[in-house]
Amino acid sequence: MNYGTKRIPHILTYLVLSLWALTTIYPFIWVALNSFRKKGLILSDSFSIPLGESFTWDNYITAWQRADFKNAYLNSFLISGTVTVFVVIIAGLAAYGLVRYRFRGRNLLYSLIMAGMMFPVFSTIIPVFRLEVMLGIAGTGNRWLSLLAVILPQIAGNLCFAIIILMGFIQSVPIDLEESAYLDGCSVFQIYFHIIMPAAKSSFATVAIFAFLWSYNDLFTQSFFLRYPQERAITGLLNEISSQAGVNYGLMASSVVLVVIPVLIVYICLQKHIIRGLTAGAIKG
Amino acid sequence: MNSMIYKNKKPLLVFLIPAFAFLIVFLYYPFFQNVVNTFLKIGGLGRAPEGLNTPWYENYQRLFTDPYMHTALKNTLLLTLCTIVFQVGIALILALLVDTIRVGTQFFRTVYFFPIVISATALGLMFNLIFLYKGGMVNQLLLSLGKLPYEVKPSGKVLVEWLDWKDQAHFLFTMFMPVMWQYVGFYFVILVTGLNNISPDLFEAAALDGADGWKRTRYITLPLLRNVLCTCLVLAITGALKVFDLPWVMFGAGMPENQGWLTGTYMYDQTFNRMNVDYGSTIAVLIVVLGVVLSNAANRIFRPSEDL
Repeated sequence: MNYGTKRIPHILTYLVLSLWALTTIYPFIWVALNSFRKKGLILSDSFSIPLGESFTWDNYITAWQRADFKNAYLNSFLISGTVTVFVVIIAGLAAYGLVRYRFRGRNLLYSLIMAGMMFPVFSTIIPVFRLEVMLGIAGTGNRWLSLLAVILPQIAGNLCFAIIILMGFIQSVPIDLEESAYLDGCSVFQIYFHIIMPAAKSSFATVAIFAFLWSYNDLFTQSFFLRYPQERAITGLLNEISSQAGVNYGLMASSVVLVVIPVLIVYICLQKHIIRGLTAGAIKG
Repeated sequence: MNSMIYKNKKPLLVFLIPAFAFLIVFLYYPFFQNVVNTFLKIGGLGRAPEGLNTPWYENYQRLFTDPYMHTALKNTLLLTLCTIVFQVGIALILALLVDTIRVGTQFFRTVYFFPIVISATALGLMFNLIFLYKGGMVNQLLLSLGKLPYEVKPSGKVLVEWLDWKDQAHFLFTMFMPVMWQYVGFYFVILVTGLNNISPDLFEAAALDGADGWKRTRYITLPLLRNVLCTCLVLAITGALKVFDLPWVMFGAGMPENQGWLTGTYMYDQTFNRMNVDYGSTIAVLIVVLGVVLSNAANRIFRPSEDL
């Protein structure tokens, strides 16, 4: 195609695209800059780069002292790590079964999974809470049990999406490979672990990343089950700081940065998988 | 056809049981229980039901007469409409534009998608700082551009009043804008992938026939993108109905003056702050029903055929 002849529209294209990119990047930069700004200056001069006089670490020191970030990071990673591992294993098995086997009720199960994506978490949380109290998991005051109480519904909440995405991928794995493996004497389970999983690696990565991020960011479930200070996970901590910070905007900015940084690192390292894997599955839905 | 490997159905149980056990215990059963709850009288979160409501459909009656519920529905439907038009619309424009360039596509994808991975709590706080009444980012910008009302005094220009972005006149914009902004990248990425799947042969054939630019978009790209657009539409509708945390962090309970309710925030407030657990459950059922009805309608209207 002759791109060369249309240089001016091309510049316009880049201009529009960059403008939108600016709206997605700049707010974060603005918050990050202001987290280093001396108290009071945010309200009068928030656009300059804080250097020299106006630069300070105070907001971070206050945030770190006021709230138990270390413990909250630990809780968050325990919760989200466990959720991720279980979602990947369980959803992978189910997606494989649903794609490769033809059986009665298959369509019903598929519709159930689609419907599961539509339930807002607040429509299931109360019965889940009661169930977990009955089982002695929630509301015990024991830190590890409380973490488990968050993990269980979060696994269920992420499964439907994960299964749909993985089904999209497993469908595109050519069945010939599996047939030749079968003729070589592999069992279905060996086929799953040695052929399907490696072939759909990037979609497994996508599902893992999304399960992790959604679990890490889920304020609702966290604030429901984690009520004691030592149980608090990172998003709940942020919410608490913000309600206490009042007009200390520098503290708010630094807390936002502290919460976003782990996500930013995960995102930058793995963004290739996130986007590629997501779309291939979603299109087929 | 079905391969012989998968004729033996026994391993299927191992594949399906873990997932469906989890879904039944922590998703389907709770949802069913939630529907049952809408008919019961429940006084608090951990409390046992105190029998049936009188009449048993009291909560559903209340849905129709509750003025705040009407506000919530109106706002939510408006948000759904805005989501469809602006979120999917902007995403479509950006996707079509990115499709014409070669350098930097990966960069734009990465950057556009970024807000989606950030927690709504953090975003809500960020937007609170941005739309802050006294000296927020937007107001400072407006001030420096001279767009805020000021008086000229001997000491220089003096500001009369900051713009309140959360008052009755502006709250809809302030509430909807971040929600829509956050997810544009999501639909963008889905649409770009859809565009990449269109065979380049078609465009070459069209170019030979003299179709170029807008015509190419209108007669080849958009029709072929229709299925993908439809998927986006369904996702946008169900997403908009469930919106909760961003408006909750930014506006709390129905600010300003009970004008700012959404179905999600209203449901949360009724259940957890006012302890109307059974009524809250009823609103949750309404959200799911609306989601099913609206996305089916969107499918009926826009999905043309299976094999495009």
